[in-house]
Amino acid sequence: MTGNDLPALSIADLQSLLRRREISPREVIDILRERIEAVDKDIGAYLSLDIEAASKEAEHANVDLPLGGIPIAIKDIINVMGQPCTCASKILNGYRAPYDATVIEKLRAAGAIPFGKTNLDEFAMGSSTENSALKSTRNPWDLSRVPGGSSGGSAAAVTADEAFGALGSDTGGSIRQPAALSGVVGLKPTYGRVSRFGLVAFASSLDQIGPVTKTVRDAALILNAIAGHDPQDSTSLNKPVPDYGARLENDLRGVRLGVPKEYMIDGIDPQVRAAIDAAVKQLNSLGAEIVEVSLPSTEYAVAVYYIIATAEASANLARFDGVRYGYRAENPKDVLDLYGRTREEGFGPEVKRRIILGTYVLSSGYYDAYYLRAQKVRELIRRDFASVFDKVDALISPTSPVAAFTLGERVADPLQMYLADIFTIAANLAGICGISIPCGFAQLNEHRLPIGLQLLGKPLDEARILQIAHAYEQSTEWHKARPPIASNPPKP
Amino acid sequence: MAGNSDLDVAYVARLARINLTEDEAKTFQKQLDDVLKYVEKLRQVDITGIDVAADGLPVVFREDVPCGWFTAEQALSNAPRQTNGLFVVPKVVE
Repeated sequence: MTGNDLPALSIADLQSLLRRREISPREVIDILRERIEAVDKDIGAYLSLDIEAASKEAEHANVDLPLGGIPIAIKDIINVMGQPCTCASKILNGYRAPYDATVIEKLRAAGAIPFGKTNLDEFAMGSSTENSALKSTRNPWDLSRVPGGSSGGSAAAVTADEAFGALGSDTGGSIRQPAALSGVVGLKPTYGRVSRFGLVAFASSLDQIGPVTKTVRDAALILNAIAGHDPQDSTSLNKPVPDYGARLENDLRGVRLGVPKEYMIDGIDPQVRAAIDAAVKQLNSLGAEIVEVSLPSTEYAVAVYYIIATAEASANLARFDGVRYGYRAENPKDVLDLYGRTREEGFGPEVKRRIILGTYVLSSGYYDAYYLRAQKVRELIRRDFASVFDKVDALISPTSPVAAFTLGERVADPLQMYLADIFTIAANLAGICGISIPCGFAQLNEHRLPIGLQLLGKPLDEARILQIAHAYEQSTEWHKARPPIASNPPKP
Repeated sequence: MAGNSDLDVAYVARLARINLTEDEAKTFQKQLDDVLKYVEKLRQVDITGIDVAADGLPVVFREDVPCGWFTAEQALSNAPRQTNGLFVVPKVVE
């Protein structure tokens, strides 16, 4: 083990080194800093880093705690006390979090060190991280392509060995889709499994925090630390938290997996489809029974999502008015001018579009036609899943219909960007859990681009999808593939 | 009515307290008309007999217990303008 190899370690492997006292938490921070200094100018994963604070915490880290001494990168939409929380927006310019989100308190209690804030689409609105008002993040597999989004900074940081693991947030696929496009593991827990207290709200009935990691086991380790009831979040579930790492076996005998026929659409890239077909065969060879199932309301999911998510966003983002925190327009002539110009100058185009759409679908005369109708169709989507989960343990699909697209390719057409989330959105609408794991590569010109396999599970059945994902992962080599920019790239 | 849908972007932006330039309003009008056209497919869905609470989620109550939270100083720590422990805004009442 040399300093060059260390950033490539999984959390579980780093943990072993720390516990054997072969390396100190302080040395880990130093090596990670060097790694970031070497590659982040190309990747652009981080918006801010407080090495001094992390080093100080490392000095008194207890490596025998579940995540003792492990630095975890945090999507810059989660409050970490004393650190900026920009949401990749100009409107939070200068803001410093006066408190820790519950997930940060829980990470600290488990011994982890919150380390650096990662880039995202502004207020998590987007699927490519291109909507960040502050920075451009590139896909470590091909620097001309997007890392996915909105948790693109977290996914790129983990992929490029600039982080051992990270937290993201997922409102319509924002953990799973960037994990797929960047070639790492991304878990969206069941709605209510993880507290949202201290996560800047985008769409409160859909948002959920989860891990982005190199392996399925690492995702289980982070979920162990952050899951659980929180009285400060009235939507958090008061249900016991199992040990998510305890059931990671390699045998899938007795497991029934459903392939939703509505997800196998024409728009899927042929290389993605081939990878998913091969993954289905692999899961079958591990003992899982594969059955075709139907989710008849699938084609309405994106439409429902863009009504409900924008409606909730228009209400949640009303708080950014230049009065209590963040950016304020200069020399306002009255209070309406203060609001109007602060929000004009502070928000980027996608955020404005969504606030306007959300305001419209909630407005008098249109509420029933749009918002109420969307809520009812959402209920149909929820019932679809409830009904198939009577027959199968989990569902399999691509995470994204395409591999990483090029920077700039979709920015001018919001609707095309929205359709990037076609396979991930329904899980948020139904409140179920989902995970994306690497399952192959698309070859484009001289570049290999990662493909993600999505597993969707019943509410609170994270242990099951982690088990299936782990069995698949351990039977393949995909998770061992390293991008060209990795700290230990494959030898020529 | 500015576009191909009932949405008048300039009007709704005023409701949402976002000033827009004319160019921005024009671009958004076109883009959001496209989105609204796409969501029209929800009109085909048979939703008779489906009853949901407005947010689709159970209502959760807890005891109303006072607990420690920000001091005034902490709450004001990010204020763009403040004085005497108060947020400062332009005059609202003449």
